[in-house]
Amino acid sequence: MATKSRNLSIAKRGLMSFETIMWVFTRLSALGMYALILFGIIGALVMGARNNMNFADVMRWGFMPNVTHVENTDLPDTTPWASPLWKLTASALLIIAVGHGVHGLVVIADDYIATAKGRQVVRIFSGIMILSMIGIGLYLIWTS
Amino acid sequence: MGLKRNVGLMTALRYKGQGPFLTYILHRIGGLGMAVFISVHLLASFVSGPGGRLINNIYQNWVFQIVIFFCVLFHAINGLRITILDLFPRLISYHRQAITVEWVVFAAVYGFAVFTIIRTGLGG
Repeated sequence: MATKSRNLSIAKRGLMSFETIMWVFTRLSALGMYALILFGIIGALVMGARNNMNFADVMRWGFMPNVTHVENTDLPDTTPWASPLWKLTASALLIIAVGHGVHGLVVIADDYIATAKGRQVVRIFSGIMILSMIGIGLYLIWTS
Repeated sequence: MGLKRNVGLMTALRYKGQGPFLTYILHRIGGLGMAVFISVHLLASFVSGPGGRLINNIYQNWVFQIVIFFCVLFHAINGLRITILDLFPRLISYHRQAITVEWVVFAAVYGFAVFTIIRTGLGG
């Protein structure tokens, strides 16, 4: 009788492979981003978005709570929107989003690049992209 | 070994994957759209100067906002459905109903976003 998969150890089921870990990471990072976006939208409402911004501006702030994203609104003072709390929130969102996004690009690329060498090049390129995007993004967030 | 497909373009275009395939392909288009948009937006803001300002001005145009909002909102709402079904596999048997709910939510949120973008873009 064949061994039932439920009796296999985690190692034999392959649950600790890099691909499986990244599959879980993609789902959990999405949940993390939803939480940060919701935090940003609630924060915007607390800071007066209801009277000075339209729905699209609030969404734009929620998806990346950087002060440059609210400069074209009717807000009388954007100082609270540039506080360290929002810079930290934006930094966390940036790091999670870049990891989630670049891994997504690798998954798509793997559907079209079948050679081992080609996939190796994609992974090296993705590593460079993760580091450069996070570096540039953090610089822009903390200097804006 | 190179990638080989035994399906012609016309056959591929006639593929009847229906709702699930449509969400799958739109999720990829939305993700790719965001990846390109965010990468160029970051580089344009970093480089700044006339070229960077030109790119960011294009991004702030209301027509472009409608396109990028589609990518972001569809990817986010469809991703939430995928995450819920993956974390609660018992719900997978209701995946078609979940897709229907997803389209209703997307239509409401995206519709309202487009309405405000157009109203602001036209100076309303």
